[in-house]
Amino acid sequence: MCGTCGCGGPEGTVKIQKPGVAFTPDHHHEDHHHHHGHHDHSHDHSHDHDHGHHHHDHHDHHDHQKTIIEVERDILQHNDVMAARNRGYFEAKNIYAINLVSSPGSGKTSLLERTLNDLKNELSFSVIEGDQQTMNDANRIEALHVPVIQINTGKGCHLESDMIYDAVKQLSPKDNSILMIENVGNLVCPSMFDLGEKNRVVIISTTEGEDKPLKYPDMFHTSDICIINKIDLLPYLNFDLEKLKMYALQVNPRLQFFEVSATTGQGMEKWYQWLKKGQHKSH
Amino acid sequence: MSCSPKILIKMHELSIVMGILKIAENETSKAGAKEVEMIELEIGTLAGIEFEALDFVWPTAVKNTVLEHAIKNIEVIEGKGKCMECEEVFSMKHIYDPCPKCHTYLKGILQGKELRVKALTVV
Repeated sequence: MCGTCGCGGPEGTVKIQKPGVAFTPDHHHEDHHHHHGHHDHSHDHSHDHDHGHHHHDHHDHHDHQKTIIEVERDILQHNDVMAARNRGYFEAKNIYAINLVSSPGSGKTSLLERTLNDLKNELSFSVIEGDQQTMNDANRIEALHVPVIQINTGKGCHLESDMIYDAVKQLSPKDNSILMIENVGNLVCPSMFDLGEKNRVVIISTTEGEDKPLKYPDMFHTSDICIINKIDLLPYLNFDLEKLKMYALQVNPRLQFFEVSATTGQGMEKWYQWLKKGQHKSH
Repeated sequence: MSCSPKILIKMHELSIVMGILKIAENETSKAGAKEVEMIELEIGTLAGIEFEALDFVWPTAVKNTVLEHAIKNIEVIEGKGKCMECEEVFSMKHIYDPCPKCHTYLKGILQGKELRVKALTVV
């Protein structure tokens, strides 16, 4: 069984693909093994550093050939190490990486489309799209003539840092650019997986419940920015914006909000200013 | 593995088990052992893990691996925070729990985010 995405068969494996480029199964196989590290010993380098902690002679208690190994290792260490590698790459090339997370249907892709369309003449962008299936989102971004790569996670419900590592190698984003990573629509799992991004942006729309930050606190706790989308629909909904913000601030008092409509463009200017400032800061 | 909705929803616990397995496989082979008899984990209550989901995915994930027959011992670490206003140290059930003394939400998490393989007994 697939180690990272937990898939049972070919339909569940991770694919990384640019729009208009035929997918070759050979590449996919390399990628796949890469994620798991079963065959790729270079991935295990980090483990070697821990040799010193084992002190087999001191800590191990031999008893009927039983050995107790005091491992003391973070389970997400592999993801964290690869995220640190990505972060180093982004810093060296002055790439401002943003991880966009939300429930399905919050308007992440529409917000991204609008942002790219409005700013692509001023700033340099590239995009990594994460979805379980289809090239649909990558095709939407490709139509805006912005470099994009699609990661299909199969049955996997989140992006992991080694997928980004592989995708970035194929995408090779320009120096001094903004890399938008659109995570799989899911408010639970992506919160645990650092991708090496500089900022995490959680998007929630007015058609969702105000108490989502309390129901899914981890995602709001680990984000820097909260974009509230679809505010053009407020007159038609029984949605309490202040209540949402209050709940979100209880989870994360440092959270900064932008209230926008990706459809009408309302409120987008403030978000753009923040983006430009962030990109500037990473210079 | 069948594709039941429950598995899809709780996939990140599966990723966690696969992370545990990777560590266990590495250590077992380094020690020249055959399999793991007991694995000790430390998991914080604020780490975003549902213990029920972890138990649910465990048997499928460890089948035909060094962990298949392993006894799994989980040390659950309760959440603890320190208020950034009044420095009160208090126990936390949720990430959004306020300081019981001054009621602010600004705090540092002292413990409860642990997700660690503590020890393995290999044979």
